[in-house]
Amino acid sequence: MKARSERRLDREKELESDVTQRSAKSIGRRALLRGAVAAAGVASLPGPAKAASAQAASRAGIEIESWMRTPGRGVGSSPYGMPSRFESDVVRRATEHAPTSLSSWSFTPLDRLTGIITPNGLVYERHHAGIPDIDPDQHRLAIHGLVERPLVLTMDDILRLPAVSQIRFLECAGNGYTEVLSMPRSKTVQLSHGLLSCCEWTGVPLSTILAEAGVKPEAKWVLAEGADAAAMARSIPMEKALDDTLVVYAQNGEMLRPEQGYPLRLLVPGSEGNLSIKWLRRLKLGTQPWHTRDETSKYTDLMPDGTVRQFTFVMEAKSVITKPSGGHVLGSHGFHEISGLAWSGRGRIARVDVSTDGGRYWERARLDEPILPKALTRFRFPWHWRGAPALLQSRAVDETGYVQPTRDQLIAARGTNSEDHFNAIHTWRVDPNGEVTNALIR
Amino acid sequence: MRSFARTLRPALAAIVIVGIHGSSASAEEARRFHLGQVVTESELSPWNIDIAIDGTGLPDGRGSVQQGKTLYESKCLQCHGANGQGQPMDRLAGGQGTLDSNAPVKTIGSYWPYATTVFDYVRRAMPLDKPQSLSPNEVYALTAYLLHLNGIVEANAVMDARTLPKVRMPNVDAFRRDPRPDVSNAACERDCQ
Repeated sequence: MKARSERRLDREKELESDVTQRSAKSIGRRALLRGAVAAAGVASLPGPAKAASAQAASRAGIEIESWMRTPGRGVGSSPYGMPSRFESDVVRRATEHAPTSLSSWSFTPLDRLTGIITPNGLVYERHHAGIPDIDPDQHRLAIHGLVERPLVLTMDDILRLPAVSQIRFLECAGNGYTEVLSMPRSKTVQLSHGLLSCCEWTGVPLSTILAEAGVKPEAKWVLAEGADAAAMARSIPMEKALDDTLVVYAQNGEMLRPEQGYPLRLLVPGSEGNLSIKWLRRLKLGTQPWHTRDETSKYTDLMPDGTVRQFTFVMEAKSVITKPSGGHVLGSHGFHEISGLAWSGRGRIARVDVSTDGGRYWERARLDEPILPKALTRFRFPWHWRGAPALLQSRAVDETGYVQPTRDQLIAARGTNSEDHFNAIHTWRVDPNGEVTNALIR
Repeated sequence: MRSFARTLRPALAAIVIVGIHGSSASAEEARRFHLGQVVTESELSPWNIDIAIDGTGLPDGRGSVQQGKTLYESKCLQCHGANGQGQPMDRLAGGQGTLDSNAPVKTIGSYWPYATTVFDYVRRAMPLDKPQSLSPNEVYALTAYLLHLNGIVEANAVMDARTLPKVRMPNVDAFRRDPRPDVSNAACERDCQ
């Protein structure tokens, strides 16, 4: 066993050096992880690169590895499969800015994910009084207020209703709050943009559930309330409630995770995440919004003149480059694919432009299918890095024609007292040594 | 799923409705699935904790500033500081006149538009370690004290379902609806400044 683990360590060291020799895959996973070592090789320094060349044979990776000489784990050894132990650093990271973990938030590791779907265990978290442990057999959803028939539904009832599955993003209103002021800024895209996830959600249109109770014509707003210890409550306009809002019980094919509202949550597509009430237990219809704490004191936008914008639900078009991004190191000159995510609360992404010179020249990125409304869209852009400093930016345009604004434009319009709904173009700086850092420009 | 009887009940209800209404059932009726249990508002009252800004939903009971001060010091001060000055959690008092500055101080008094929200939030979510543990009298008293700390009601004020909705918050007129999109980027592509 000891010999095997030593060999594994040797192999990892080889990979660290190896990275300096590769080009097409030079910001592969290990390059990102061990950027400092890789960076040392970029400037054709002797050190690791030379040491590596002494082991040319094993560097090519052509060996009969230990895992080919011994059978692996048996079927059923992991009834609920987990990622490889080599991926153990791909985790949510909680903020250090919250005074208690009961009301705090954690970020999705966007730079370690591909495609558009966020694995369930990595969906960002925002809880206001902890994560309740709810028995679905005891859970109830009440619908009352301005309805024909106040109604209580069990989970069994809800699971019997006609369901839909839709891929939709979920973004905290505060995603990007660290980028409004020039300091302190986030070092990684996980911390700057990771209050963002995208899942395939399965549930029942809220319109179906409201029809069961019978909506009275004078009802104009719905209060949605959670069964958590915060009894989180938000008012939602009836128009949005009847449009595309869902009552969901599953994400990415399995029942909701407790952190995501198990056994039942609201999903208000394209809107600030706080509206998608988790652990949903009550819907009340009324003529006016309730002006709850979380739609007055919080989740409102304070303007420079002291006025306050309220019910700013839509998350406007936004994009960010996730690869390369803060904390990465480009292992060598040559080809690098720039890749990132774009999304809009108003519908589909129409196009994404990429600039490598801080916004002077822009070119179209390629969009991966599927391009879905109110979902993350993956964009890709081929780039040959020749070693000069670069400023990488992406700019999303949605199907309404709305163009993601610059940071300067947003701050001119809203000042810096407004931290929520910040959707500015983001800039990563690439230094000649290959290091990628957060650069706030324009 | 759990109980055959429960599963069957809506189906029976549907049969009954079809039987009664026959082909003249309304369109809305046709879209219904007849799942769930029809209840009365009074059966839901333990859950019916929200307060509207006109005071609808406020329970019986009353509480004074003085009673609120005592309660605050035993149940709230640890998180919100003496006199609502905050730390480690939100500051609750002061800050009026700072919202248009570079260092706005957002508190109940400087920011919140409606006094009913104080009652609603304290009752549903406070204290953090024991939400929904306060009696209506206690919530009224705490609300009175927090309003008094902000100079909004007098030291001898008593809050109840009649007086609380009449309290006018200083910042109520600052609130606006969403004016976005509020920026326009021309999406320059060549030789942009």
